[in-house]
Amino acid sequence: MTKTKRNILGAIAYSVPAFFALMIVAIVLYVMTTIVAGGWGSLTMDFLLGAPEEGMTKGGIFPAIFGTFLLVVIMSVVGVPVGTMTAIYLSEYASQRSVLARLIRFAVNTLAGVPAIVFGLFGLGFFIQFVGAGVDKALYDDGLLHWGQPNILWASLTMALLTLPVVIVAVEEAIKTVPRELREASLALGATKWQTIRKVVIPNSITGMLTGGILAVSRGAGEVAPILFTGAAYFLPHLPGGLSDQFMELGYHIYIMATQSPDVEATRGIQYATTLVLLLLTFALNFSAIFLRYRLRKRIIT
Amino acid sequence: MAKTDVRMKTEGLNIYYGPKQAIKNVTLDIFTHRVTALIGPSGCGKSTYLRSLNRMNDLIENARVEGQVLLDGVNIYDRQVDVVELRKKVGMIFQKSNPFPKSIFENVAYGPRINGMNDKKKLDEVVERSLKQAALWDEVKDDLGKSGLSLSGGQQQRLCIARALAVDPEILLMDEPASALDPIATAKIEELVYELKNTYTIVIVTHNMQQAARVSDYTGFFYMGELIEFDETKKIFTVPAKKQTEDYITGRFG
Repeated sequence: MTKTKRNILGAIAYSVPAFFALMIVAIVLYVMTTIVAGGWGSLTMDFLLGAPEEGMTKGGIFPAIFGTFLLVVIMSVVGVPVGTMTAIYLSEYASQRSVLARLIRFAVNTLAGVPAIVFGLFGLGFFIQFVGAGVDKALYDDGLLHWGQPNILWASLTMALLTLPVVIVAVEEAIKTVPRELREASLALGATKWQTIRKVVIPNSITGMLTGGILAVSRGAGEVAPILFTGAAYFLPHLPGGLSDQFMELGYHIYIMATQSPDVEATRGIQYATTLVLLLLTFALNFSAIFLRYRLRKRIIT
Repeated sequence: MAKTDVRMKTEGLNIYYGPKQAIKNVTLDIFTHRVTALIGPSGCGKSTYLRSLNRMNDLIENARVEGQVLLDGVNIYDRQVDVVELRKKVGMIFQKSNPFPKSIFENVAYGPRINGMNDKKKLDEVVERSLKQAALWDEVKDDLGKSGLSLSGGQQQRLCIARALAVDPEILLMDEPASALDPIATAKIEELVYELKNTYTIVIVTHNMQQAARVSDYTGFFYMGELIEFDETKKIFTVPAKKQTEDYITGRFG
C-alpha cells in the first residue's frame, strides 16, 4: 500500500465515525432547542406551582410534578436496597457456577429485556388484582375497593421492578472495580466476609453504586408505560394523600395532553413546558449522580 | 544452629486447581522463630503452597486441598477450625503492596478495629507500635492522616507489614514481598525480616535466590509442584543434596 492510499484510508476511517458522533450531538441540540424554545414562554412560577385548569389548556402542573417526585422516591426506597443486596449476593456470596446464581442472573437479564408495557400489565395483574384485591378481601368486609385498584404504591412497585435489573447491573459493575488484592488484604487480617464487604468492598464502590442507582432512578422517572394501568390518573383535583391514592405524573400528563385533550392545539405551549420540566428533572438527577461521584471520590482519595 | 520447635507442618499436602495438580505430596516443617524461604521457578507452586498455610486458597473457586496442614498439631483444614481466627494468627504479606485507600493510621488500625478495638488511645498505641516494628514510624509519624497510597512502593509494603503486625499474628507469610521494589527498598524489607524473626515465625516465598540466602534459616526448593529439597539454607546453597537444586541455584535453569 502506498503512503497516499494509506493516508486516504486513514482519513476515511477517522471522518466516518467522527461524522456519526457529531450527528448525535446535533440531534440532542436540535431536540433541546426545540423544547426550550417552545416551552420557555410558558414556564412560569404559576405554571410550576399551579393545578391544571380548563381541560388542561391552562393552569399548571404541580400535581404531576409532585406525583412524579413521590413515585421516584417510593420506587427508589424499594428498588435500590433490593437491587443492591441482590448484586452483593451475586458478586460476593454466590459461587459463580452455582445453579442458583445462574438462575438469578438469567432472571435479571430476562427482566431487563421485558418491554415496559408488559411491566404495566404485570403490575395490574399481580399487584392490583392479586395482592390488592386479596388484601381487600382479607382486611375489609364492605365489598368496596381499597387496595384492589390503581394507586401510587402499586405504580411505584411496578416501576421498582422495571429499574431493578438496571440497579443490579450497575451495582455489580461497581463492585467488580474493587481490586481482589484489597479483599485479600482484609481477609488475611482475619476479617470476616461481611466485614470485608462492609469496610472494603462497599466503601470502595459506593460512588459507582450511587451513580448506578441514580441513573436507574432517572430512567424510571421518564417511563410512562408501567404506570398507565397501575396508578397514574388523568386528572385529580387533589394531591395523593396516602399510598392507596392515585396520582398525576409528568410523562403521563404529556401523553394525555397530546392525545386526549379536547383541544390539543391549545395545550401546545404547556406540553412543551411540561416536557422541559421532565427533562430538567431527569438531568438534575443525572447531574446529582455526577456531582456525588466527584465529591465522594475526592473524599476517599484524601 | 540448634533445631527449635516445629510450629507448622504440612503432611502429604496435595493441592488441585480443578483437574490440575499444583502441589504434589509436600511434607515440610516450619520452625518457630526461624525464617523459612521457599524458592523455585515461576509456576512451581511455591505461592500456592504458601497460600494454603492460612487458607487463602479457599477464595479460589475450584481449589481443593488434600492432606494436612498442622498448626501446633491441629489440622487447619479441620471443620471446627475457625478460618477467621486462623488468619489472625497467620498473617500474610502480598507480592503487590495493597494498602487500603485510607489514611496510614486507618490502614494499620483496620485489623484492631474489626476485632472490636475502638478506644482511640489503645489504637494510637497499636498503630505506633506496629509502624515502629515495620520500621516505618520515623518516616510517617507526622502524616498519619495522609493516604496510604501516597507513600512510595517500599513504604507501602512496610505499611502492609505494619498492618499485618497490628493484629498480633504469630506467623507471617510473605509472598515475594520485595519483588516489585527497588534494591534499596528491598534491602530495608530484608533487614526487617531479619528483625521480625525474633518475634515471629516467617515463611517467605522469593524468586530471588540471593534474598533467600541472605534472610532465611531454612530453604525449600520447589519444582513442578514438588518439594525437591528442604534443609538449612547454608546447606542448600553450599552442598545441595539433589542435582536439580544445584542446577537451579547455580542458574542453569529457571
